[in-house]
Amino acid sequence: MQVRLRILRYDPERDSKPHWEQYTVECEPTAPLLDLLHTVKWQQDGSLTFRRSCAHGVCGSDAMLINGRNRLACKIRVDQLGSRISVAPLPGLKVIKDLVVDMDEFFAKYRSVQPFQVDDGVMPARERRQSPEDRARYDDTTKCILCAACTSSCPSFWAQDTYVGPAAIVNAHRFIFDTRDAGSDERLEILSDADGVWRCRTIFNCTDACPRGINITRAILEVSSAIVERGI
Amino acid sequence: MSEDLKLSRPVITHEFQAVIVGAGGAGLWAALELARKGVKAAVLTKLYPTRSHTGAAQGGICAALGNLEEDHWEWHMFDTVKGGDYLVDQDAAEILAREAIDTVIELEHMGLPFNRTADGKIDQRRFGGHTRNFGEGPVRRSCFAADRTGHMILQTLYQQCIKHDVTFYDEYHVVDVIVEDGQTRGVVAYRIADGELHIFRASAVMFATGGFGRMFRTTSNAHTLTGDGVALAYRHGVPAMDMEFFQFHPTGIPGLGILLSEAARGEGGYLRNDKGDRFMERYAPKLMELAPRDMVSRAIAMEIREGRGIGGKDWVNLDLTHLGKATIDAKLPDITEFSRVYQGVEPITQMVPTTPTAHYAMGGIPTDVESRVIVDDQGTWLRGMYAAGECACVSVHGANRLGTNSLIDILVFGRRAGRSMAHDVAGMALPDLPRDAADQVRGELAAIKERQHGENPAHIRTALADTMMDGVGVYRTGEGIREAIGKVRELKERYRDVHIDDKGTIFNTDLLEARELGYLLDCAEAVAVAAEARQESRGAHAREDFPERDDTDWLKHSLAYRTEAGPELRYKPVTITTFQPKPRVY
Ligand SMILES: Cc1cc2nc3c(=O)[nH]c(=O)nc-3n(C[C@H](O)[C@H](O)[C@H](O)COP(=O)(O)OP(=O)(O)OC[C@H]3O[C@@H](n4cnc5c(N)ncnc54)[C@H](O)[C@@H]3O)c2cc1C
Ligand code: FES
Repeated sequence: MQVRLRILRYDPERDSKPHWEQYTVECEPTAPLLDLLHTVKWQQDGSLTFRRSCAHGVCGSDAMLINGRNRLACKIRVDQLGSRISVAPLPGLKVIKDLVVDMDEFFAKYRSVQPFQVDDGVMPARERRQSPEDRARYDDTTKCILCAACTSSCPSFWAQDTYVGPAAIVNAHRFIFDTRDAGSDERLEILSDADGVWRCRTIFNCTDACPRGINITRAILEVSSAIVERGI
Repeated sequence: MSEDLKLSRPVITHEFQAVIVGAGGAGLWAALELARKGVKAAVLTKLYPTRSHTGAAQGGICAALGNLEEDHWEWHMFDTVKGGDYLVDQDAAEILAREAIDTVIELEHMGLPFNRTADGKIDQRRFGGHTRNFGEGPVRRSCFAADRTGHMILQTLYQQCIKHDVTFYDEYHVVDVIVEDGQTRGVVAYRIADGELHIFRASAVMFATGGFGRMFRTTSNAHTLTGDGVALAYRHGVPAMDMEFFQFHPTGIPGLGILLSEAARGEGGYLRNDKGDRFMERYAPKLMELAPRDMVSRAIAMEIREGRGIGGKDWVNLDLTHLGKATIDAKLPDITEFSRVYQGVEPITQMVPTTPTAHYAMGGIPTDVESRVIVDDQGTWLRGMYAAGECACVSVHGANRLGTNSLIDILVFGRRAGRSMAHDVAGMALPDLPRDAADQVRGELAAIKERQHGENPAHIRTALADTMMDGVGVYRTGEGIREAIGKVRELKERYRDVHIDDKGTIFNTDLLEARELGYLLDCAEAVAVAAEARQESRGAHAREDFPERDDTDWLKHSLAYRTEAGPELRYKPVTITTFQPKPRVY
């Protein structure tokens, strides 16, 4: 089929502001959108710039705004999008060039919630035991690939970019509800801050945007309840 | 001349005791070791660490924990040696199998969310070629976190690196390694954000750059797996070892190459041909679908060639319909999602079309068991250079890697690389840098950027991928390989004229993709030349004109050295300690 692809382009060395460019691409209806971006780059204009690596939705490189929604370009097929497709960089983040946004702040927020197991360093000779039920408690939030689709779809984040954002909370949740971790009080303390969980207005954009199907809004609510329950 | 690549431009120089190139499992564990020992070190990666392809690994990581049934590291060592068709260095395989156990336990202690047994231990499942009691039948040895084991390993190690304050240079593309007078002195990196070249001066340089599956048309590998480390070392006199052994995984999505993990068969999935037969009973009656990958891939290729592909096409079916929704959802959620998204197939009720996909490089940069890079058959170390992970060849996989043995390899030998570097750099002064350390690569990059017209790199890359897939694939013949060598050399010629559109300095992926293509071409030539020379069939290297394994002449590793005229081959013996070569039947 033939697709009319509109891409929001911006090269800071040439352009004063972003502008739309239009491309016509022939493809199979089942092709992932990433293949079309490659067709443009490899056959029409090599300067089109975007990040990508795995090409099957597990590395988190190519989240972008596709027909008005944040998705991974490699995980959405043309037949799910139609013959007119628009692609722009993730909203709310500084654009470096074309579809590439600055991720440094995003990762800084991730690091701010202590996204690692806190323990006293004393370990048994073998594995620590954990029941399948306890393991299931935090299963959903272990799936995060840090693509930023959620955080950059969040109106609360757009309004206040100091908000840690859903992705950081998801990664805090992954430890707070892991029976093996000893750092949850400190993490909950961090998230009870003015830029923490209370900025969430349960708009569900994050959950809709997540390419891994994580129920992010529920995770955020579980974290806020924990803050209340533990009186932090 | 473009501003950023002017020769006169000063180069920003950083100094570290050790630099690690690559932030997959191998690089991250090495970094942790260095951090724990207080070594001043940096990790350079062309991708954000969590984008590394270790995150794509699905099925599991093996260790003879014996959590569900009896198991021993000796059995694991035997399976590794036999799986590799006896080309495995057995001292390395012993280390792998022994150290696998505490490595997996340490991952658990770091917080990795393994699936659990009812009594709370790490759950384990079957995987191809892993057996009890030296080949009697399948054993449950693969530890896993659903079918995103690699994702959880990558996340957990990155988290630990944050905890231990490891220094990262994210989106720094290493474009050269500095070697002079037999001493490694650092690397040159291109900062993607602004096109500046940086020199990292260091006493120890470790490559952990992953594989090079992108030289094939259908592959499970990320676009970024282009053999950078192997090619850079090769250009500085390090041979590329055992390059002819490239693994095709039996079950990829036709066309796209996306992997459907062997865990699908480990959990009990079947392979069926057009007649609905479980054809593996004719090829490996004992292990059936859980025979090693080289055998299953050849069986599928044979079924297809003999007209028993589904509807006469070039794929067979993976049948999971008898496993039930509960097992599939708990243990194989991601790969079944891939089938839904990319194939429009519902694996709970429908057959899943699959075909072999280029998957894993057994060969690479030769190292000893301490992960030091070795340049000949005498064990001579290229001082200051280390390698581990898929880019390295130690060799624990020999002619064919067993499933789940890579994740354990990258961690066991990544850890050893970290320990070796910490040991070697202690008290050592930083090596002097040559004055012109960045000039050559600066000139090479500038030439690509400034050429006003010429060859489109994408065309060359596509032609290369077709050439390698058709000429140096699952089945090979001398004639087919020689034709491929000719074509690769033509493509190398065309590459000298490569031209790109993007002349900018900011985030110039056009330039970097062209650079990566050069690495792929070097690696592909070494693969093809080594494959042409090896007149036998062993593991993943299946020559139709030499169908038998030949231990008299070919029980040896190949070493391809770069020369102006093309790769020059030498050989070195295999280390055999415990298991004498035997016919390989399953
Ligand atoms: C789909 C899939 C599933 C798999 N499943 C399993 C499994 O279940 N079990 C198993 O044991 N194995 C599995 N494997 C194999 C295994 O995942 C890989 O072999 C292994 O993860 C490689 O790890 P690594 O650390 O060597 O490299 P990678 O994880 O590939 O990392 C390479 C790193 O090098 C960096 N890099 C590369 N070039 C440069 C450069 N020029 N400059 C700077 N940085 C650079 C990259 O940014 C990246 O950080 C699978 C492989 C695939 C493709
Ligand atoms: S390229 Fe990896 S998620 Fe899309």
